[in-house]
Amino acid sequence: MSGNSEPRKYKNPVLNWIEFRLPIISYFEKEYGDYPMPKNCNYFWSFGALATITLVTMIVSGIFLAMNYTPHTEMAFDSVERIMRDVNYGWLLRYIHSNGAAFFFIIVYIHIVRGMYYGSYKYPRELNWILGVFIYLLMMATSFLGYTLPWGQMSYWGATVITNLFSAIPFIGEGLKTWLLGDYTVGNATLNRFFALHYVLPFVIFGIVGLHVAAVHVHGSNNPAGIDIRSKNDTVNFFPYMLIKDTIAVCVFGVLISAVIFFGPNLMAEVDNYIPADPLVTPAHIVPNWYLAPFYAILRAVPDKLGGVALMFGAIAILFVLPWLDTSKVRSCNFRPMYKWFMMLFFVNFFVLGYVGMLPAEGLYLLIARVGLVYYFGFFLILTPFIGWIEKPKTLPLSISDVYLGGGKQSPLTASQKEIH
Amino acid sequence: MAENSNNKRRDFLQLSTVTIGAVGTAAFIWPFLKSMNPAEDTIALGTTEVDVSQIEEGQSITVKWRGKPVFIRKRTKDEIDEAKTVNMSDLKDPEEDVDRVKKDEWLVLVGVCTHLGCVPLGQKLTDSKGEYNGWYCPCHGSHYDTSGRIRKGPAPENLAVPPYSFLNDTTIKIG
Ligand code: HEM
Ligand code: FES
Repeated sequence: MSGNSEPRKYKNPVLNWIEFRLPIISYFEKEYGDYPMPKNCNYFWSFGALATITLVTMIVSGIFLAMNYTPHTEMAFDSVERIMRDVNYGWLLRYIHSNGAAFFFIIVYIHIVRGMYYGSYKYPRELNWILGVFIYLLMMATSFLGYTLPWGQMSYWGATVITNLFSAIPFIGEGLKTWLLGDYTVGNATLNRFFALHYVLPFVIFGIVGLHVAAVHVHGSNNPAGIDIRSKNDTVNFFPYMLIKDTIAVCVFGVLISAVIFFGPNLMAEVDNYIPADPLVTPAHIVPNWYLAPFYAILRAVPDKLGGVALMFGAIAILFVLPWLDTSKVRSCNFRPMYKWFMMLFFVNFFVLGYVGMLPAEGLYLLIARVGLVYYFGFFLILTPFIGWIEKPKTLPLSISDVYLGGGKQSPLTASQKEIH
Repeated sequence: MAENSNNKRRDFLQLSTVTIGAVGTAAFIWPFLKSMNPAEDTIALGTTEVDVSQIEEGQSITVKWRGKPVFIRKRTKDEIDEAKTVNMSDLKDPEEDVDRVKKDEWLVLVGVCTHLGCVPLGQKLTDSKGEYNGWYCPCHGSHYDTSGRIRKGPAPENLAVPPYSFLNDTTIKIG
């Protein structure tokens, strides 16, 4: 009892007691209270918070769905229909979960676009970017696994086509595929393990998100000008300014997603998935989820099995090395008069790839997919390094505060520009 | 000198510890990985017997074997001739028709496209049979001929022939 010399940091004795034993209170204060945000950040900077909230929503709705879901080939489809018809608010849980997945991808795509346009992947945030690409990969895996669970025709044939991609690998491919499926075809063993993995991967994602955020907080957030924070004048505290801003973003997002959940819950769903899986009949037209469609387009654009698979995975893998492909020292595309337009074209191209990825791979669509594929890789491997060398960037503002004083027009090559290695 | 031999002994100890640790870890992981392979009962479900006495010439049936569709087709004279007269150099995965059948009129195939695993069309009379009069996979457009050989499209190999035998004239055992 005596010698109670614990420092009195907080008024609240409970907080004090905890802080002394586990300094978690001051950690949160530092990372989410006083954390300095560049004051020129726009609403693009709210998408990280939106993504985190969506992840939590997915985990919560998923756990409650799992309480009524049965991972067995004979019962899975019916158990999902039971969730829709008989379980109290089951329809709501399911529509939150299925549309939540789609919105999760919309948010993360915007988040990635933000990172690419404003050059957030560059020094010193490369690891942060890499962790982000890992999250994106795991999200794709998770939603692919989840899409198998309702055991409709699209679930079954989507799983078949995607797992067959592995059989393209020379020598070990066929064995690897059987090992992944636990059977010679997609079957009960497959459904069981897909459910187990679908349950656990979101928690892995959650852990990586923690590292991803911790990594940003080391050097602070990037901003639309892409220059470093130079003084306290350049920033505002996360609390309350950014918290309020993020809250507004969350409200707008809530309205949008509710509109879809309540008024168009099947807008982004494939009708064929309301037909129970039939291993003997393939649907006339297999469509991937729209958020995976650009990669599916790349797969089908190549007339060779192994080549298609290699390029599809390559298209994702190339994102990892983007920080080293970009040779420009300027982060933000706002100050890169040439690259800016190729970047925009890249986004449009990705969208077009997604569009043709959902249409039959023939005639004009196939041609468009091939052109899109060439631009996708050309952008990363040729344009990005090359433009970095030849482009003459606009003059950067001296500091973030300077942005508001009409800065950036006086001196060429300022100090803050040199600072970026 | 003593110093030196001590260092060597340390190196040896370190190396053997790491090796044993690595082998131990690998041995521990093995059963976990192995548990994901098809289980004994899944492997055991390996044979299916089919009565083919009701199939007319030109007709096909689909049966299930190891969870996969198996196509059994009683080929017409024309189809057999077509399959036999193909020039080997026109084939992507060259194989003679005689090597793919046990009796000319009976063609038995695993009905799984060798591209990405869809079930090709061509079993029903109303189905599209593709440009080579056999099967057509609508997923990414592979065409198979009357011997189930790949002729056009992204699939790399011919439709597989499962292990099978004739128990008598009208019964086929698959597996
Ligand atoms: C990263 C987070 C997650 C994503 C992106 C995701 C994605 C998906 C998708 C796309 C579906 C198919 C929806 C449909 O068409 O019906 C699904 C179904 C399902 N998910 Fe998740 N999920 C996530 C987290 C979770 C978690 C943590 C659980 C907890 C167990 C879970 C449990 C389920 C269940 C039981 C189903 C089948 C019921 C249904 O089809 O609605 N999910 N998930
Ligand atoms: S699965 Fe048959 S062509 Fe792709």
